[in-house]
Amino acid sequence: MDELKLKKAVNEIRKGIVTAVYSAKAGHPGGSLSAAELFTYLYFEELNIDPRNPKKADRDRFVLSKGHTAPGLYATLANRGYFPVEDLKLLRHTNSYLQGHPDMKHIPGVDMSSGSLGQGISAAVGMALCAKMDKANYRVYTLLGDGEIQEGQVWEAAMFAGHRKLDNLVVIVDNNGLQIDGKIEDVCSPYPIDSKFAAFNFHVINVSDGNDFIQLNAAFKEAKETKGKPSAIIMKTVKGKGISYMENNIEWHGKAPNDKEYAIAIEELEKAGEALCQK
Amino acid sequence: MSEVKKIATRESYGNALAELGKKYKDLVVLDADLAGATKTGTFLKEFPDRHIDCGIAECNMMGIAAGLAATGKVPFASTFAMFASGRAYEQIRNSIGYPHLNVKIGATHAGISVGEDGATHQCNEDLALMRTIPGMVILNPADDIEAKAAVEAAYLHKGPVYLRFGRLAVPIINDNPDYKFKIGKGIILREGNDITIAATGLCVWEAIKAAEMLEKDGINARVVNIHTIKPIDKELIIESAKKTGKIVAVEEHSIIGGLGSAIAEVLAEDLPTPILRIGIEDVFGESGPAIELIAKYGLDADGIYKKIKKFM
Repeated sequence: MDELKLKKAVNEIRKGIVTAVYSAKAGHPGGSLSAAELFTYLYFEELNIDPRNPKKADRDRFVLSKGHTAPGLYATLANRGYFPVEDLKLLRHTNSYLQGHPDMKHIPGVDMSSGSLGQGISAAVGMALCAKMDKANYRVYTLLGDGEIQEGQVWEAAMFAGHRKLDNLVVIVDNNGLQIDGKIEDVCSPYPIDSKFAAFNFHVINVSDGNDFIQLNAAFKEAKETKGKPSAIIMKTVKGKGISYMENNIEWHGKAPNDKEYAIAIEELEKAGEALCQK
Repeated sequence: MSEVKKIATRESYGNALAELGKKYKDLVVLDADLAGATKTGTFLKEFPDRHIDCGIAECNMMGIAAGLAATGKVPFASTFAMFASGRAYEQIRNSIGYPHLNVKIGATHAGISVGEDGATHQCNEDLALMRTIPGMVILNPADDIEAKAAVEAAYLHKGPVYLRFGRLAVPIINDNPDYKFKIGKGIILREGNDITIAATGLCVWEAIKAAEMLEKDGINARVVNIHTIKPIDKELIIESAKKTGKIVAVEEHSIIGGLGSAIAEVLAEDLPTPILRIGIEDVFGESGPAIELIAKYGLDADGIYKKIKKFM
């Protein structure tokens, strides 16, 4: 793993996220930014994929179960070469292929349409099951929000995955601690998250800083080495990470920056990028 | 009529899957703890590795089916019509319909003929719900022969298909060498000039009998079997309306949103024609033997006959 390379990549992806949401005048920057390192790690380090052949049969699959953070996924796919970075400005525009939530029919690199919370994980489980039935080697990854796991379907899927011992499945929970109506522990606490997944027969890996590539690297290595059980990576992250005024601020769950705010965000990211180039 | 061979279309579904499983290796079957009732047990016995019991979790089952379809399988997700179209409506819409995935939904125990289990399990709304999903094909076979043909047609069709089956044994009406099943093409079972009875599912048999009763009163009814609710056979409906001037829709489903509505929509726009919708009248069902309920809710030949006499 080349950490500096990943840090440079995630900085560009953050620019893509804020630019996309700014251009759309709508969207979800907070949860896209909290999972930016995760997206980057998956698409630049972990997944067996080929952007020139997005549908290749033996590719690893990724399902964005928390589909509202599509700007994070799109910015990553664009920077990985699936489609032009320039197109991120078309997010949520009429006649654009970049829909508000992931659309597998029209967006290169998107393996499953998602957005209605709780549903993506089931599709990911179905894909992992298919790999097992076909004795294929591909692995399946799915990212859930910590608020999303309030949906009952998540636990139906978890029960099935544990029961079927789908060790080619990795469920990642982005534990940024905030949902639309407030802190997750105030709205309807899903805590403890780790022991819930353990009770559903998952191998659980806690990551204390999900915005740190070194920790992500160790977690995914452990998940890959785990046999006989699906893995759940519960990662603590910072919502809005990387943009000072968005960090840990619930206001930025689902709103776009105005001109001034956008300029500040880009300036901050430019500075962060310059600092990385000094290294 | 005791010599007429009867079989429930849910049995036909199970038998067809077991048969097609030999031919199509990518066909897999999912259940939600109702394999005994959806009659997929034969498939399970023949192909244990291709039968997936998801437990009592229909929403997850639809999602798993979507994932399996996205990775190359042709899944038949089986459960009662109520839990497929009702409980898992949104999963079908968003995880299967929106990405247009190649999932087949085998919905058994549709309609009031569920019988003794009563209103909670009698789904009279599934056609209405499924009709609103873009790209969804809806098949409602009338007998064993048609049900088996529908299962294979569903397999061969690329995209989501909702198949509706019943619990009650129904007479075989399509055992003739000319029978052909084509998605979207209704079948004329009886010619007549005075009125058209367009029926679907188990009501097709009752419609034929009602037409025989009407004939004794000098009313010649054309009977058409509309096995495909979506896409609806516009051509046959308009042609029938032109020919007979009046149309009656008969279905074991709410009069809101099913076959009657589909026909009304076609005719209201293209050829305004007097229509009578016979079905469940915006009420919930109740417990009782299926045959008694079908009579009580006016869906047997006698009930259809009386309503048509009044309508004429």
